[in-house]
Amino acid sequence: MLEIKNLQVKVGGKEILKGIDLSIGRGEVHAIMGPNGSGKTTLAQVLAGRLAYEVTGGSVRFEGKDLLAMRPEDRAREGVFMAFQYPVEIPGVSNAYFLKAALNAIRKYRGLEEIDAMDFMGLVQDKAKLLGLDETFMKRGLNEGFSGGEKKKNEVFQMAVLEPKFCILDETDSGLDIDALRLVANGINTMRSPTRSMLVVTHYQRLLDYVIPEHVHVLVDGRIVKSGDADLARNLEKHGYGWILEEAPRPQPARA
Amino acid sequence: MTNVAVALDAKQTWIAEFASSEPDLAGPAWLRPIRKQAIARFEAAGFPTQKHEDWRFTNLAPLLRVPFKPAILGRPDGVLAERLEPFSFGVLKTSRLVFVNGQFSPRLSYLRPLPEGVRVASLAEILRNDPGSVEKDLARHAKYEDDAFVALNTSFFTDGGYIEIPKGTVVEEPIHLVFVSTSHEMPTVSHPRNVVRLGARSQATLIETYAGWAPDVTFTNAVTEISAGPGSVLDHYKIQRESESAYHIATMTVDQDRDSNVMCHSMAFGAALSRSYVHTNFHAEGGSVALNGLFMPSGVQQADNYTRIDHAAPACTSVELYRGILGGKSRGVFNGNIYVRKDAQKTVARQTNKNLLLSKEAFVDSTPGLEILADDVKCNHASTIGQLDENAIFYLRSRGIDEEAARHILTYAFASDVVNQVKVAPIRIKLDQLILSRLPKGAGPGEGL
Ligand SMILES: Nc1ncnc2c1ncn2[C@@H]1O[C@H](COP(=O)(O)OP(=O)(O)O)[C@@H](O)[C@H]1O
Ligand SMILES: [Mg+2]
Repeated sequence: MLEIKNLQVKVGGKEILKGIDLSIGRGEVHAIMGPNGSGKTTLAQVLAGRLAYEVTGGSVRFEGKDLLAMRPEDRAREGVFMAFQYPVEIPGVSNAYFLKAALNAIRKYRGLEEIDAMDFMGLVQDKAKLLGLDETFMKRGLNEGFSGGEKKKNEVFQMAVLEPKFCILDETDSGLDIDALRLVANGINTMRSPTRSMLVVTHYQRLLDYVIPEHVHVLVDGRIVKSGDADLARNLEKHGYGWILEEAPRPQPARA
Repeated sequence: MTNVAVALDAKQTWIAEFASSEPDLAGPAWLRPIRKQAIARFEAAGFPTQKHEDWRFTNLAPLLRVPFKPAILGRPDGVLAERLEPFSFGVLKTSRLVFVNGQFSPRLSYLRPLPEGVRVASLAEILRNDPGSVEKDLARHAKYEDDAFVALNTSFFTDGGYIEIPKGTVVEEPIHLVFVSTSHEMPTVSHPRNVVRLGARSQATLIETYAGWAPDVTFTNAVTEISAGPGSVLDHYKIQRESESAYHIATMTVDQDRDSNVMCHSMAFGAALSRSYVHTNFHAEGGSVALNGLFMPSGVQQADNYTRIDHAAPACTSVELYRGILGGKSRGVFNGNIYVRKDAQKTVARQTNKNLLLSKEAFVDSTPGLEILADDVKCNHASTIGQLDENAIFYLRSRGIDEEAARHILTYAFASDVVNQVKVAPIRIKLDQLILSRLPKGAGPGEGL
């Protein structure tokens, strides 16, 4: 479903991703772990189409199409969804309006009719319940004054409503208490299917206790230095990143 | 000609105009000396230049270069009722007085049933038949002494709206004053003058619409004087939608008695150059006022907003919220002045002005101001100028919303604080439509954000 080849990315003139190779098959869940600053968010944002990140080399194909050539909105319409590490607050735009606009933009792209108000309400209520979001939440400004946990839940809620083919979750577990973590993990697991793939980006192994990945990759200083199965995540939790850093090949000096 | 020469030249023209038309200006005997004093003050002070603190950002030369002529009295106005339709508010039922180039148009006006004692009439008629009822208010609140445009209005006005609500009376339906400015061969000027008096514990909603159509070149110089009696409640709207070749200068004064509650909405969409000056004064304790403004110039329009809230009495509350959305090469000014006098203890005053620049060539100056002489007060002000948040645009796009729609949604959302203050739903819907229709390029995101 997703084929990343030798992806190199600069931010503000600084090389952050130094050649990422990653292949994610249909229905697979991959986790990317790594210390702070290793480039996890950069990878997530580049896949979603953030312009501030400059791709200096490599390619990304999504279902055979050149993902990097697409506008962010077209990536979303093609079925890519990224749950933000730091969701944006937009006062004055209600959650309901926003989500309906997004859903209809995606439906239009796929040649479907706009969803009517009743169907939309029904759809939204079911998914909101799944994440333990209350009724008033849809009327509030988008993420406006939301707690950290509410924002993360809202990301997963949007994902549940928009039903993407490929989900990127950037630190969706951080800042969640255990109850919220279970709800969010349950929301994610409900969406696992043989046709939907996921890339779960996280610093800790916590979320991976609930959302068990098939593959785990360790990102250090812009490179994937180790790949394995779910056991790798457990080892990282027990022993930290230190042993991997010693095992890993020395990072080369940044190329200009 | 230099700007100074233009201003001098225009001044002489206006003075000569007054000399020739003064004998024909209608009105009671007590009004004549007032008009003469006003023109004398104007002659002494002349037009403000950009050296004047309050006119730093406003070049009047383009306005003063135009040889404006008053519309000829008594000539049929020729405005079709259908053309006024876009200036109404959908299902909202209102009484309506229409003035075309400063003259009352009975043909375009209508009154709905009003509670007993309520008077909604043309000021010219009141001056003819019952001038005593306006003597206490007319030219008493809006000071011509230090404002050239108020002085000109006072010298030349012939008509406008007169509204009187007796004490204890609640007028449910809004009263709509519509000022249409049109020009045919010659650029025209009008000086609408409105007098509004709310008796004790009365309540009313008043809308002033200033209307016009491109490419008419017109100059509207309006003055509205409002006195709000003890415990009265007024919801006032000024919606300026003149021709984008028009000049619009409007002064509104609100004199607030004890425990009165006034809301002044000021929405500026039209005119090449518009300037709105709102001056409210608490002369007795317990009053509250909300100034709620939106200005949305684009292209080469300029929209200036000056406000002054005078806390001359204790325990009054003012909340001011102005937002500017500026596109193209437009310019805008927000200048807010809150003055808390020595005895005005327990004053609460909050002032916020936020501006959104939609283009790199747009310019806004925001000068919030608080002058506090009392010591037991709660006052604050805040002012910001910014662009649309790129993070927010990306967030929306990452969910499938295209870039233009994302920008529209965010621009519209920026205005929502001000629009949400509007209590009358059909007016709110109308404002939504006006804002959406003025977003850069193409259709807006639709209603109900
Ligand atoms: N907008 C930016 N400008 C400059 N440097 C950035 C920017 N965003 C991220 N970086 C840098 O890129 C590196 C990787 O950041 P990030 O991808 O956020 O890491 P992670 O998500 O793994 O913590 C860090 O060194 C960070 O400081
Ligand atoms: Mg990160």
